[in-house]
Amino acid sequence: MPFLEIDNLQKSFGATKILKGVSLEIEEGGFLVLVGPSGCGKSTLLNTIAGLEPVTGGEIRIAGKRVNDLHPSKRDIAMVFQSYALYPNMTVGQNIAFGMEIRGVPKPERDKAIADVAGLLQIDHLLDRKPSQLSGGQRQRVAMGRALVRKPQVFLFDEPLSNLDAKLRIDMRTEIKRLHQRMGTTIVYVTHDQIEAMTLATRIAVLKDGTLQQYGTPAEIYNNPTNIFVADFMGSPAMNLIPATIGINGKGATVELARDGEKPISLPLGKASDALSPYRGKPVTFGIRPEALTDPDSADRDATAVATADCHIEVVEPAGSDTFAVTNLGGKGVVARLRADAHVQPGTVAPLAFNLTKAVFFDPATEMRIA
Amino acid sequence: MSRPSADVATRNGVFARAFIYAVLILFVVYYLLPLYVMLVNSLKPLDEIRKGNMLALPHVWTIAPWLEAWSTAQIGVQPIGLKPYFLNSIMMVVPAVAISTLLGALNGYVLTKWRFRGDNVVFGMMLLACFIPFQIVLIPAARILGLLGLAGSVPGLILIHTVYGLGFTTLFFRNYYEAFPTELIRAAQIDGASFFQIFRRILLPSSGPIIVVTVIWQFTNIWNDFLFGSSFSSFDSIPITVALNNLVNSSTGVKAYNVHFAGAILAALPTLIVYIVSGRYFVRGLMAGAVKG
Repeated sequence: MPFLEIDNLQKSFGATKILKGVSLEIEEGGFLVLVGPSGCGKSTLLNTIAGLEPVTGGEIRIAGKRVNDLHPSKRDIAMVFQSYALYPNMTVGQNIAFGMEIRGVPKPERDKAIADVAGLLQIDHLLDRKPSQLSGGQRQRVAMGRALVRKPQVFLFDEPLSNLDAKLRIDMRTEIKRLHQRMGTTIVYVTHDQIEAMTLATRIAVLKDGTLQQYGTPAEIYNNPTNIFVADFMGSPAMNLIPATIGINGKGATVELARDGEKPISLPLGKASDALSPYRGKPVTFGIRPEALTDPDSADRDATAVATADCHIEVVEPAGSDTFAVTNLGGKGVVARLRADAHVQPGTVAPLAFNLTKAVFFDPATEMRIA
Repeated sequence: MSRPSADVATRNGVFARAFIYAVLILFVVYYLLPLYVMLVNSLKPLDEIRKGNMLALPHVWTIAPWLEAWSTAQIGVQPIGLKPYFLNSIMMVVPAVAISTLLGALNGYVLTKWRFRGDNVVFGMMLLACFIPFQIVLIPAARILGLLGLAGSVPGLILIHTVYGLGFTTLFFRNYYEAFPTELIRAAQIDGASFFQIFRRILLPSSGPIIVVTVIWQFTNIWNDFLFGSSFSSFDSIPITVALNNLVNSSTGVKAYNVHFAGAILAALPTLIVYIVSGRYFVRGLMAGAVKG
């Protein structure tokens, strides 16, 4: 049974529609990440779950109970804000205990709860300091402590890591995941960083312009994007989206990729997918992730359909762990991910292996997935 | 750079600096001279003043004019000095400043953190109150004070100064709270704090600089006000500004300049003290409001 349900949620500010009917649900203990570019409505969605913004239409249920009209403090949620929102005039300990103080929890009980949370987050030595005396990472921990101490049914995180430097961000990411595994509380997490979304989530909801683009597990979102937007947004470097044509030869369907001044690459699709048959001779968008386009030696041995073609390498970018090579197909720069010591030189021709089991096809007009 | 030119540059720098200091000192003297004259002459016997030379230091130092101004000088028809009127002013200023500052803070809180439809219109109209000349409201205000039964009383003066100051105090606090992070309010809401708990526990403790600005501004304006004081006070509620006028303008007898000087300094003392104690916060707070607002 779903624990947090969002049912056809709508939100408008005046005539501007921010959320245009979003429906989601997450099981108890799940980690739901709302991801999308700025202005997609993800933070607004989180604020409506928190009760900080009233909804225009639809329903929010937590544990089967409708919470639309409940005050934020009555929804049994806790929120970690992007700016941490620590009360500047209170010490760390007072910050953590403020909610309990308001609810009239007796002092000994408060002190014990503070001590528990401080131990868990390793901030015991900071309890008497003011927020202005803390570093970014410490503030982040205190903000989480203030949320944890409530023992809520749902945690809400609003881009909690975006104010940290790159290294600390990765450390805190791991820490949030560890906390989630230990506490098992349901989390809704907003981010614009697709790597955070992939690494943390049990479910990802990709939003754009107030509509849900796709909802699924990280693997589903990554491997089976429903449209060009999701394919392009998730993954770094982004998926290659190449204008192509579906052809046919003696052995079955092929995908034709144009090349500069040479005849097009023709890749056999093997057992031609039925979904592609209506597109024969028509343009499609061929999507292949950089890791599915590699040097023949590192090609996936388990893949059933790997086709190799010679490509003109324009740029080589060694990244340490991998080497990225850029070639030009269908008039666009296409990134291939090679092993670190692959021998490729810019300006030469090298064979690249296309793992066609991982390839996806989109209709260029509707931008929706075909196959 | 060669040596001689460096020397010339330093010498030019010294001249420029000396010039700047000379100008600054000139202006300091210019502004402090009136205070000096008042202070020096308030410490002289009257016949020394009559001999002329207002700038000279006293031959005989005396605090008799101060004592006279404070407790025995003839004000209007009574020889009671400025003391009772000084107390009237205190009794008027302290509540008026406190109430108008508190209400201004509440207004600023609502106008920035509890937005409602038309909040900017309301704020605009409150701002307009800052620009209404005092004289226009004299007659309506007199009528309202009469209806409320507060005419000629200290509470009446408190009311009119509070109402008149609200435009400014609201402006100060609104601009200050505009820059106050809304996420803090939201965090407090989730923590279950009520409207007034958020105001008292989160907002007010962070409002030090703007409270100082508002208090100085309101204190100075209300303490120095003459028009409302002379229009709406009666026998036992006359503020010090009006009393000082009555002292200086009394047409009978000899003009006791030394007493007048002492009285004028006494009347100005509270605002001076407020400035000296919290002046640096004043500048800081004004800047904060100006830049962030």
